[in-house]
Amino acid sequence: MQKEGDVRIPSGCAISGIFSRSGKRISGESIVRSIAPMHDRSNGLGGGFAAYGIYPKQRGLYAFHVFYDSVRAKAECEKIITSNFDLSAAEKIPTRRIPEITDEPAIWRYFGLPFKKALEDAALDEREFVARFVMKVNTQVRGAYVFSSGKNMGVFKAVGFPEDVGRFYRLDEYEGYCWTAHGRYPTNTPGWWGGAHPFALLDYSVVHNGEISSYDANRRFIEMFGYKCTLLTDTEVITYIIDFLNRKKHLSLEEAAEVIAAPFWSEIGRMGEKDRAKYTYLRNMFSSLLITGPFSILLGYTGGMMALNDRLKLRSMVVGERGGMVYVASEECAIREVEPSLDRLWSPKGGEPVIITLNKGVEA
Amino acid sequence: MPINYNVPEYAVVRDPDRCIACRVCERQCANEVHSYDPELNKMRSDETKCVNCHRCVALCPTHALKIVKNPDTFRINGLWDNETISDIYRQADTGGALLSSMGNPKKYPIYWDKILINASQVTNPSIDPLREPMETLTFLGKHPHTIERGENGEIKTDNLPPQLKLNVPIMFSAMSYGAISYNAHESLARAARELGTYYNTGEGGLHEDFYKYGPNTIVQVASGRFGVHKDYLNAGAAIEIKIGQGAKPGIGGHLTGAKIVGDISRTRMIPEGTEAISPAPHHDIYSIEDLRQLVYSLKEATDYKKPVIVKIAAVHNVAAIASGIARSGADIIAIDGFRGGTGAAPKRIRDNVGIPIELALAAVDERLRQEKIRNSVSIVAGGGIRNSADVLKAIALGADAVYIGTAALIALGCHLCRTCQTGRCNWGIATQRPDLVKRLNPDVGCGRLVNLVSAWQHEIMEMMGGMGINSIESLRGNRLMLRGVGLNEKELEILGIKHAGE
Repeated sequence: MQKEGDVRIPSGCAISGIFSRSGKRISGESIVRSIAPMHDRSNGLGGGFAAYGIYPKQRGLYAFHVFYDSVRAKAECEKIITSNFDLSAAEKIPTRRIPEITDEPAIWRYFGLPFKKALEDAALDEREFVARFVMKVNTQVRGAYVFSSGKNMGVFKAVGFPEDVGRFYRLDEYEGYCWTAHGRYPTNTPGWWGGAHPFALLDYSVVHNGEISSYDANRRFIEMFGYKCTLLTDTEVITYIIDFLNRKKHLSLEEAAEVIAAPFWSEIGRMGEKDRAKYTYLRNMFSSLLITGPFSILLGYTGGMMALNDRLKLRSMVVGERGGMVYVASEECAIREVEPSLDRLWSPKGGEPVIITLNKGVEA
Repeated sequence: MPINYNVPEYAVVRDPDRCIACRVCERQCANEVHSYDPELNKMRSDETKCVNCHRCVALCPTHALKIVKNPDTFRINGLWDNETISDIYRQADTGGALLSSMGNPKKYPIYWDKILINASQVTNPSIDPLREPMETLTFLGKHPHTIERGENGEIKTDNLPPQLKLNVPIMFSAMSYGAISYNAHESLARAARELGTYYNTGEGGLHEDFYKYGPNTIVQVASGRFGVHKDYLNAGAAIEIKIGQGAKPGIGGHLTGAKIVGDISRTRMIPEGTEAISPAPHHDIYSIEDLRQLVYSLKEATDYKKPVIVKIAAVHNVAAIASGIARSGADIIAIDGFRGGTGAAPKRIRDNVGIPIELALAAVDERLRQEKIRNSVSIVAGGGIRNSADVLKAIALGADAVYIGTAALIALGCHLCRTCQTGRCNWGIATQRPDLVKRLNPDVGCGRLVNLVSAWQHEIMEMMGGMGINSIESLRGNRLMLRGVGLNEKELEILGIKHAGE
C-alpha cells in the first residue's frame, strides 16, 4: 500500500472550532466534546487538533512538534534543529496510553529560536527561515515529520477517531483561546500519522472538509514559490496558498479569501467600478490560486480564526455565537454540544469569509 | 514519356442512372475534372486532376457523384507505397522539391487520443453547467510580481501589463490575407468579435476594411515584414512575432507573384506580381538577445499598450527556447505543433520536421514552472487541435488557451484536400480568384465559426462540470485530471501524467 504523499487520497471530514474573543483560555476538553457527536463523519483513520495560546510560558519561542519513525530519523533531525536553533527545551509530548490509539511514532516537541548568526547567514527573515527549515526536514529527512511549527500554538494529530486522539494527547490538560478539530474520512487507509489533519506551517493551521478539484493546478503553481507538497492533500496546499498570499504577498485574510473563493465573473460584472477593478485584478493576478470543488476550512493563526466555504457552498458549515465565544462546525450538533443556548447561529454564504479575532488589546 | 503517368489517388464514380448532365460539377470544379460531351449528352471526368475536395459531390443535385480511393495501384509493397513511388516519378520528372499544404497527414502518434479525462464520483460533486455558473474567461499576459498599495492601503489595479481577455480560451491562428481569401478573413474577424476572442492576420498585413475589427485582431510581424507599419501595429489588440510555424519549422514562406494582385499587393505593401518571399530567419534576429530587441521595439512603437506574442514551431529543444523567450520580454508564447497547417510548405519538411504539440506543450509548461517563470508568461498551444476535448486536454496539460486554424477552416467549408498551394480552392477559402472567393459568404462563414466555438465551449463546460471544476483557471495545468492510456513510461513522464488505473 502506498503511503500518503505517494498517492493522493480523497477524504470526507468533520471540522469544528471554538474561539474566545476575550482571550479566555479554554480547556481542550470542550473541543473534544464538540467533535465527538460528528463521529460518523470520520472513519477512524485520522483525527487532530490545533490549539492557540497553549504555551504562554514559551510564547516567544517556536514550538516544533515532530513525529519520528526511527532513532536514526530523530538523530538526523535533531542535528539540523540544534545547528539552527537555540533550544530551551526538548521533550516527549505527554500522551495517555489507550487501546484505541496504536502504532504511535515517537512524538517530540522542541522550543527555541533560530540562532542570530544562522539568520544573518541565511539573510532571511525569521519566519521564512523557520518555514524553510520545516520544508527541509519534511522533504529530506526520511522518517521525520515536523507537523507543528508556530509560536504559542500546537498541533496534535494521530490515526484514530478525533475524540480518541484528544484523550491520547491529554488535551484536557491544555488551555487555549482557540481550538480547531478535524475528523477524517479518507477513502483509503494510509495509516500514517503525518497524513492526519490539521496541517500547519508556522502559526497557520488548516482543518478542511472537502475535496478540491483544482488541486493539481494549485499545487503546480504554489510549488514555483519554494513550497513542496509532500502529502498531496488539499489541506497542505491550502495552507501553503494562505501562507503565500498572507505572509509573502501581504494580502489581508479577506483578500486572500477573495482569491481562493473568488466571486464569479458575473458577480464581479455587477459590482461598482472600484470593486470590479479590484476583484478582476485579484482573480487575474492569482488565477491559479482559485480553489474549485467543495471545501469548508477553518484557518487558525495567532490571534484569530477564519472560516471559509467554497464559492458554491458544496460543504456544510455553520457558525454560532454566544457572548464573546464563537463556534464553527460542519454540523450544528457539534456547537450545541458545548453551547446549547446561542445568541446567533448562521450559515455563512459560499465564498464569504468569517474572520474572528481577539478583542483589541488582548494579547495572543 | 509514360513513366510520368501517376496513378491518380482518387477515382470519380458517377452513377449514370442518377446523373442528369446538368453540368453543375463542371462549373464548380476549378480543377477542371468534369467536362460535358455534347454528342453523347454525357458528363466525363478526368480523375488525374481530382484533389478530392468534395465540392462536386456536395453540390450534385441528384447525388450522382462519389469520390473513392482509386483501386488502381502500383504493385503493393510495404515499403514502397503508391505515394512514395509517385513522388519519385514526379521529382525525376521535374527536379523540384515537392509542395504540399495543410498539416502533416502522416500516421504519427496522436497523443490527444491517448489521454483520458477525469470525472467526479461520490467524494466530490460534479457541477451542472445548466444550474451553476461555469467560467471560461481567460486572460493572457504577464503578471507583476508584487502587489502595490495606494495611500489608503487599497490595492493598486493599474500596474497590470497589457493583456488579452478571452471569453473562451480558443483563438483563430495566423492565416494571412493572400493565403486565404478576403471573405475567409472577414468571417474570422467577425466571428472573433462576436465570440469575444481573437483572430490573427498572419504575415500578410491587415486589409484596410478590417481595421474596425482591431480590438479582436492579433497583428503578426513575420520575417518578410509585409504590411507592417505603425498604424498596423497599433490597430490590433496584440502583436505576434512569428519565428516559426509547425508546418514548416526552420524555413520561410513564399506567396507566388500570381497571388500578389490588387488589394493583396496593397495590404502587403509590395508591387503587384512580385514574389512575396519571407526569409527563413528574421534577419534582425540571429539570437535570443536580438529577439528581446525586437520585442521591445514593438512595445516602444505601441507605447507598451499591446502584449507581444512570440510564436515558435515545436522543435526538439522547445522547452529551453520557450524559457529564453519568456525572459526576452514576451508576454505570451505561442507554440505550434508539427500538425499545424499551412497554405504551402515543402512536403518533406511538413511531414518530417518538428514534434507533437502535446509533448512540446507539456515540456514547456513544466520547464517554465521549474524555472519559476510560468507566471510571467502565458502559453498558447496550436497545431492539431481538433475538438473540444483536445482543447480541454491542452489546458489541463498547461496551456492558457489554444489556437485553431484547420478546424476553423473546416467550419468554413474546407474539406482538407490539401492543395491550397494551387490557389484553386473550390470552397472559396485558399484562393484569390474572385469567382471562387464569392462562394464563401462571410455571413454564413461567421455564423458557422461562432457555432463551432460555442459548441466547443458548451462541451468544455460539460466536461469541466463533470470534473467538479467551475472555472477554467482551475483546469490550467491540472494534470491530475488526465490519465494516459497505452503510453510508455517516458511518454507519461514527459506529459507529466499518470497512466489510467494509477
